[in-house]
Amino acid sequence: MKVRYFAWMKRTVGLPEEEVSPPADVDTVGDLVVWLRARSPGHAEALAEGAAFGAAVDQRTATFDVKLAGAREVAFFPPFTGG
Amino acid sequence: MSVRVQEADFDVGAELSKLTDGNKRIGGLAVFVGLVREMHVREGYHRDRVDALTLEHYPGMTETALQEIEAEANRRWPLEATLIVHRYGRMEAGDRIVLVAVGSPHREAAFEACEFLVDWLKTKAPFWKLEETPAGEKWVGAHEGDDAAAARWEKKP
Repeated sequence: MKVRYFAWMKRTVGLPEEEVSPPADVDTVGDLVVWLRARSPGHAEALAEGAAFGAAVDQRTATFDVKLAGAREVAFFPPFTGG
Repeated sequence: MSVRVQEADFDVGAELSKLTDGNKRIGGLAVFVGLVREMHVREGYHRDRVDALTLEHYPGMTETALQEIEAEANRRWPLEATLIVHRYGRMEAGDRIVLVAVGSPHREAAFEACEFLVDWLKTKAPFWKLEETPAGEKWVGAHEGDDAAAARWEKKP
């Protein structure tokens, strides 16, 4: 699946997006967050527990208990500041 | 109903004419135009002036989110016309960022729906502001007041 990062998270991770193949026991958005933290110090910092960020699965806002089954694209981003 | 996400500026007069031309059921048109304002941000002992900002967004999701917000406004109020134009990219103080226009037979629905759309797009559409100050770039944090404004509309009127 493709994982995308936006705003300051993109800079902290050091990548705008990446292709990943998490193992089968990575079942939810929250599981993916924990699994991604191990990829680099930048990932660990951007996706740290207590950091203020949200997620979307296939371009729809998703809470961390949402299942990844069949997801093609997961995105992580800080709170929205448009308008 | 129409939603556009674009880098280019927009012409408010032309947009409003296009929105209402030919629809004689519209009795009131409420319009909100968001601008980049020159701000002074306090950071410890320093005061930084914000001269410009860059608006990043999530292409694809942005359009879907704005269309859903617009559809929700049309479910809640009897509207004849709605338009959201939101820019992305680099903008300077004084530049237009967003246009929200709502036409309805009566003004109450137009005013309320316009305010609803602005409140919800601030908290539900994936845009992020990066400010330029003389001291460097700074990502804008979420504003608690915006969350409270959006939450007012969680219950249907």
